Order: sequence, then structure tokens, then C-alpha cells
Amino acid sequence: MAKIISKQQAAALIPDGASVMFGGFMNCGGPKTVVEALIEAGRKDLTFICNDSGLPGIGVAKLIENKRVKKIIATHVGLNQETGRQINAGEIEYELIPQGTFVERIRAAGAGLGGVLTPTGVGTIVADGKEVHSFEGRSYLLERPLKADFAVIRGRRADPLGNISYRRATRNFNVAMATAAEVVIAEVEEIVEAGQIDPDQVMTPGIFVDYLVRA
Amino acid sequence: MNPKELIARRVAREFNDGDFVNLGIGIPTMVADYLPEGVSIFLHAENGFLGMGPAPAAGNEDWDIVNAGGQPSSILPGGASFDSLTSFGIIRGGHLKATVLGALEVDQEGNLANWMIPGKMVPGMGGAMDLVVGARQVIIAMEHTAKGRPKILKKCSLPLTAVKEADLIVTEMGVFDYRDGLTLIEIGPGVNLDDLKAVTPAEYKISPDLKTMAA
Repeated sequence: MAKIISKQQAAALIPDGASVMFGGFMNCGGPKTVVEALIEAGRKDLTFICNDSGLPGIGVAKLIENKRVKKIIATHVGLNQETGRQINAGEIEYELIPQGTFVERIRAAGAGLGGVLTPTGVGTIVADGKEVHSFEGRSYLLERPLKADFAVIRGRRADPLGNISYRRATRNFNVAMATAAEVVIAEVEEIVEAGQIDPDQVMTPGIFVDYLVRA
Repeated sequence: MNPKELIARRVAREFNDGDFVNLGIGIPTMVADYLPEGVSIFLHAENGFLGMGPAPAAGNEDWDIVNAGGQPSSILPGGASFDSLTSFGIIRGGHLKATVLGALEVDQEGNLANWMIPGKMVPGMGGAMDLVVGARQVIIAMEHTAKGRPKILKKCSLPLTAVKEADLIVTEMGVFDYRDGLTLIEIGPGVNLDDLKAVTPAEYKISPDLKTMAA
């Protein structure tokens, strides 16, 4: 069973300095409710793991804008100028990862793998310091798993067991992140009774989900 | 015809009915508007769907469907949504016919740079590194120079996005392919070979079958 909690209780679970994965792509499928609660609760020094730092003034961008982030691990931060400013000013640590590698590293952490071999980034600065393996004439980088203390994700609908379905393009990173953190908090637009989500429509099985928050 | 439209129209002629294609931001996005009669392609949005349709009219936005720039989009009948793992599996796995994207620099070896300018612009690579490594055809669609500064070079000076992955370059001044080393296969309307050479430091062959780009 997943425990249904308030957004304030969710924020209270996450201490200062925690590493936190946030689902969503430019806020589409992003956990805006819990993000708000984290800001209201004064959380700081977070390691922020998210595809992007959003668009100014919305969702996860506020964590950056309110200086709650010590380190950002992302694939693209170009649509939020404040992130670029903090990076260029040396106010924030950062690691930029190719998007496909980012999500595969998260999957590896959640799926018990020691890493993944990807052709992406070979011959670029992304390859610096990484092992290169070649098979059948093609080179691959060894990329290690990426996990976090917490994953904060967002779905369309959940049942009390934590089974989640998503709508349209909101699935994005939520599915992989739900598997790769010690504690998984899912905010959802609607909580329905067990059995109300067809098993074939469950995209994140409840086994991965610890807490539910109403969005 | 304005240069961007000329480029988009030429790129659009690369496609066959039913191709699966990823279009980047800017000129690449315009390609969908100029497909030849009878050709319809499926657009892939790396944030998690196939069958991307036009932007909705103001007031009809569905924020559960955004494009890779985070702006409201739509899914056409027959489209499919999925998570980022599947989306990048589609990309890296060679399932896309082509990716069309811009570049800051591309060189005679097929190396390209389009994701950062050290000390100035560090937006992150997003999905670009995966797209150019994984798509079966990499089409660079860009204006020939940046404010007069050449972009088709002997050797890229900026950090690379990928090594030897470019297959076709389309600018308003000409079309180059890499099938037999960098080769000019079409020249822009009203452009002469000397003018082109003056703004193209890369070494390139001229196809014995050189054509003029159709306006």
C-alpha cells in the first residue's frame, strides 16, 4: 500500500541536502504541488535531478530561482536563464548529461544493472574519464547508474496501492524515476479505488511507490 | 524566397510518405510545412510521443502534450505516447528515418557542434547527442553563415555533439552530402561557385552532376 499524505507531509519527508529526482519535461508531467510545498517548507541544498530546469516562474524552475539547489543534474537548462546565470557565476554545481543517457542511467539504478553501454557521446567531452568499449566496430561509453534519495513524480490517476496511469506526454521521466530512489512520492490528479485502473493501463506499478499526494 | 523557407523546402524533399522523423527547433520545425504533395510523415517528439500534430489554437492548449521545446502541441489520430526510455530507445535504436537539426559548426569529416559555446552558452545537449548518433540520416538544416561567419569548416572548433555523424547539409547556398567525402551536390538559386567557396572553408568536391536547388 502507498500512504496517502498531504503536500506538507511530503515536504517534511525530504531533508535539506537530499538528492531528489523530479519527473517532468519542461513542467509537462512535473510535480508542481510537492515542489511548491518544498519551497514553502524552506528546503535547501538539494541535489536536483531533473531533465531540465523548466521555464521561468513555473514548477521546478522555482527551486532554482529561490536558490534551493546546490547541484543540478540535468540534460538541458537553456530555457531557464536563471540556471545559466547561476552556473556561469559558479553559484551552483552542475552536470549535464545527454537525455537518452540520463534516463538509461536512472533505469540502470532501478533495474539492478551496473551500468549501460551507449554510443551517445563517444568522441565528445561527455566521454571524458569514461571507459570506452568496442564491439563489432562500434564504440560505446560505460555509463554508471544514477539514483537518488527521493523521487518526486506526477501521474494522472493512482489507486491506494500506488498503481499509476499517466496521460499523453506526461509519462516521460516519471516512469524510470519511480524505480530509482529510496523513497518515491507520487502526486496525482486523482486517487481512485483499487480495481478502478485496469491492470493493462498501469504504467508505474505500485510496488515502486511509497507515498501519494493529491495534486 | 526567404532563405529559411528555401532550406525547409529542400529538406522536405528528402522524405517519403510514412517516414518517422524528428525535427529540431527553428528551421527544422518549418520542414513539416513544406512536404511535397502526397507525402505525409510521422513526427517524433523526444519527450514522449509519435504523431505530433500542429500547435493548438490559443485557448485550446492541452498542457499534457507539449513539444520538445515545452510548447503546447497535439497528437494526431494514430499517434502514440510513451515514456522517455522508449522514446530514446526509438532514437538510439535506429528506428527514426532521419533527424533534422541546426548546427553552430559542421566540418568536412561530418563532425558537428551544436550544443555549447564555452564560457558563453551552456544550455546542455538535451536529446541532440542521442539523435545524431541514433537516427539513420542526420540532416543539418541551417543558414550558411552566422552573421557572415562561416559554419561549414575544415575542423569544428567548438565542443562536438558527435563524431562523423552528419549525412547531409542543407543551406540557402547549397546542399552537401558525405557519401564520397564532403561533396556539393546542389547550389542555391543565384549563387555562383566562387561566392560559395568564399564562405565555405571546408574542403569539398563538386559533383559532376551538380544541380540547382529548386526554389
